[in-house]
Amino acid sequence: MELAERLLKGDKRACARLISLVENEDKEAVDILKKLYKHTGNAHIIGITGPPGGGKSTLTDKLAKMLRKEGKKIGIIAVDPTSPFTGGSILGDRVRMSDLTTDPGVFIRSMGTRGHLGGLSKGTQSAIKVLDIYGADYIFVETVGVGQSEVDIVKTADTVVMVMVPGLGDDIQAIKAGVMEIGDIFVVNKSDLEGADRTALEIEMMLDFKKHNGWRPPVIKASATEKTGIDNIIEKIKNHKNHMVKTGQFHIRREENIKLEILNLVKEKLMTMIAKKSNDSNEIDSLYKDVLEKRLDPYTARDKIIDLVKK
Amino acid sequence: MFEDEKLEKIRNSKKEWQETTLSKTISRFPERKEKFRTGSGDEVKRLYTPEDVKDFDYNEELGFPGQYPYTRGVQPTMYRGRLWTMRQYAGYATAEESNKRYKYLLEQGQTGLSVAFDLPTQIGYDSNHPLAEGEVGKVGVAIDSLKDMEILFDGIPLDKVSTSMTINAPAAVLLAMYIAVAEKQGVSQDKLRGTIQNDILKEYIARGTYIFPPQPSMRLITDIFEYCSKNVPKWNTISISGYHIREAGSSAVQEVAFTLANGIAYVQAAIDAGLDVDSFAPRLSFFFNAHNDLLEEVAKFRAARRLWAKIMKERFKAKNPKSMRMKFHTQTAGSTLTAQQPDNNIIRVTIQTLAAVLGGTQSLHTNSRDEALALPTEESVRIALRTQQIVAHESGVTETIDPLAGSYYVESLTNKIEEEAAKYIEKIDELGGSPKAIEKGYVQKEIQESAYDYQKEVESGKRIVVGVNKYQIDEEPPKDILKVDPEVERLQREKLENLKEERDNEKVKASLEALRTAAQGSENTMPYILDAVKAYATLGEICGVLREEFGEYQQSIIL
Amino acid sequence: MSEKPIRVLVAKPGLDGHDRGAKVIARALRDAGMEVIYTGLRQTPEQIAAAAIQEDVDVVAMSILSGAHNHLFPKVVKLLKDQNADDILIIGGGVIPEDDIPGLKEAGIAEIFTPGTSTTEVIEYIENSVKKSS
Repeated sequence: MELAERLLKGDKRACARLISLVENEDKEAVDILKKLYKHTGNAHIIGITGPPGGGKSTLTDKLAKMLRKEGKKIGIIAVDPTSPFTGGSILGDRVRMSDLTTDPGVFIRSMGTRGHLGGLSKGTQSAIKVLDIYGADYIFVETVGVGQSEVDIVKTADTVVMVMVPGLGDDIQAIKAGVMEIGDIFVVNKSDLEGADRTALEIEMMLDFKKHNGWRPPVIKASATEKTGIDNIIEKIKNHKNHMVKTGQFHIRREENIKLEILNLVKEKLMTMIAKKSNDSNEIDSLYKDVLEKRLDPYTARDKIIDLVKK
Repeated sequence: MFEDEKLEKIRNSKKEWQETTLSKTISRFPERKEKFRTGSGDEVKRLYTPEDVKDFDYNEELGFPGQYPYTRGVQPTMYRGRLWTMRQYAGYATAEESNKRYKYLLEQGQTGLSVAFDLPTQIGYDSNHPLAEGEVGKVGVAIDSLKDMEILFDGIPLDKVSTSMTINAPAAVLLAMYIAVAEKQGVSQDKLRGTIQNDILKEYIARGTYIFPPQPSMRLITDIFEYCSKNVPKWNTISISGYHIREAGSSAVQEVAFTLANGIAYVQAAIDAGLDVDSFAPRLSFFFNAHNDLLEEVAKFRAARRLWAKIMKERFKAKNPKSMRMKFHTQTAGSTLTAQQPDNNIIRVTIQTLAAVLGGTQSLHTNSRDEALALPTEESVRIALRTQQIVAHESGVTETIDPLAGSYYVESLTNKIEEEAAKYIEKIDELGGSPKAIEKGYVQKEIQESAYDYQKEVESGKRIVVGVNKYQIDEEPPKDILKVDPEVERLQREKLENLKEERDNEKVKASLEALRTAAQGSENTMPYILDAVKAYATLGEICGVLREEFGEYQQSIIL
Repeated sequence: MSEKPIRVLVAKPGLDGHDRGAKVIARALRDAGMEVIYTGLRQTPEQIAAAAIQEDVDVVAMSILSGAHNHLFPKVVKLLKDQNADDILIIGGGVIPEDDIPGLKEAGIAEIFTPGTSTTEVIEYIENSVKKSS
């Protein structure tokens, strides 16, 4: 049976293989995605992001378990950093989701960033599509969580859950700029720790300073290990989507994301074409030299490169 | 330790020696390496002189055996009075088989028992649990209920032997079973001597046989402290273990630091639970590793004793000297044993035995030469025991107390290990104490770094392991390896089924429900566990109730 | 980084908690440029096989020190075979007696690494085997 067919039937092995193929930019995989693209768009894509040590994996595990009780099919993508020196990585998020491994309604995939910045890996977008076609009702995307602004997730997810922990202290000030913009739901995890109330209050205050487009992000205290607040998060995730759909923002956000994705794909494609051109002849390389030696300016060089690629 | 004038003289003659005798030799025959290092990677100088211990205050730093700060040993006469307890860790297959091995070891002159449990027992599963498949009786004896425990100690008078049990997460249950067996033998609790490992923190760090999350685990531990201080006063309620931390790849300094940091956490937890420090601290004991780097190891043991004494006195304000006295068990290092040319392991174990004895251990397990291959055979176990006996009776190192004291090298190394370990403890305090540092993965990460560095050193040939990366030979695969009969698993399950038919199941149910209520509240759980055990509730059933009430620990891995 | 990295599942089947070896191997494989998925302790054969499939790994590397290898290793092989995933290379390590090795190989474990094996040997073995099959 063809990979495409098997994927449509919900075959895990086909799903897994296809994710690898798209991750490795295999041509066959792109063809399959072209063919099956019309089957995407059903899953609710939820970004799980926030600083390191916040317990994102454990929280994802608990959210997935609760949705499983409703009989929903779950996809999880967990991204971890790739070493820029060796190209290798250790992907350890599964450790906290061990119980879900053998659940037939759950598919978990670990991905290395492979040089991509912004909190996701290059293949994440395509992997989401594969899981969507595979039939997942909810797809959780857990970002790297290196504490930098992880902007990719907003361009990818329908709902972004920002996971914080008590005791971040001054850090909250430092990261708020990047963070406050992207969270649709704020979770203060490990709420059994000291300072949870204060952290929640601080986030509330910061949110009060902002303008909201009809959706004031809720702040939820939870403890993934104690299993408190999980149902509340699920409810808010669902509410968020309902709100978005009702107000038409869902469409606007998806359209915006699709636009960004396509432009990205164009950019990538252009870069590959330039690289190929540059491999085939030294026309492009000589342009660089011309700019270096002031025979040419960078702007004219750009126009010339575009002309060359067009040919 | 020396007057300034004399020191000056020594310094001058050293300089002269360096410029004349030494430099002449070195220019013709350079040393083997540019830098020499201890097993932990600390640089070792060419020569140690009084200069290296110049600020040393004998009375303060060393004192006398059996007195604070116990650097020279915890008893006034040490091995001149009584040799250490030779205690071989043993147990495999069924209780019947292990019982035979214990009787054999006692006949061979062993003076204490040390029980190894299989993994399902250590993790609180009965032999018929799906996760127990393939593991029953493998690394130790399978114990499902009091019935097995009765067989395990059949014909062994529990008022005569001291028994050490390597059991952690379900320690309370196994201790309860031991008490119940003793009762049936007519031996009252207050006569029982022995140790349970009961050290959950190092399970999270290094050994992996945890069940419950830290908080309820610490509660079970303090419940045992309290129960034993009243009812089983001669029992060592915990064996705070650096052994497995070292096996996981830590350095000697890290072994001392992380073990003592865990010790601090237990003492604090008991104090927080309302116990008086001197009521339980005398029953704390420790468990260390003996590696090959002989002198560093001796220094490690001495440093650990001194540091613990100071912690108990200064940090916890203990008043009873017994609370400050660090008694410890030692085991030779399993991780140093090689599968290649296994007989070489006998020599490694001999060096490690010397380290433990020169370091003043209270009891010792010597590993068998074939442990990198499989479970030890009877012959290998005997050689391992004989190694201790030869060191005890023939080597002469037991005739005086702490014979390496005063060595410029050993004393300066002792100081250094103590200092560096204290620094680690400070860092752990900053992180909020050991349980927090473990949750953050700090301790695990430090150990993994050391383990990985060690591996790289071996692979690059920087560190020589005889028979592994140098002096290799072609050898026949070893024969006569002990294997556990897979039949054991079936037998054990059968016994379990029979038990469930024979016992009074109403009584079992009632005792388990009583335990559940106690677990939900704040009462001491120990008496309820004892009742359940006596009703022949199984280990799996008892731990099952506690699992439901306490939840299960999830590993935080950091690589 | 256009060449696709080799993906390896490093797993600890059974109940033993000695993960020094597994962790050292995981790091060494990462430093050799591989993507290592680490499962943590106490994994059942079912969990290992399911993870291997979802992660679409090239290799499953298992470590066990408790002596339960004869029982657990072949089970993983069988589960993968049942799901048509017998193209995944399966290797094992730990305290494994020499006499058990032929039986394990027969059961489908490609290679067994016993104590004293260098990480370089394991890396080379994986690189060579995965290259050959793809």
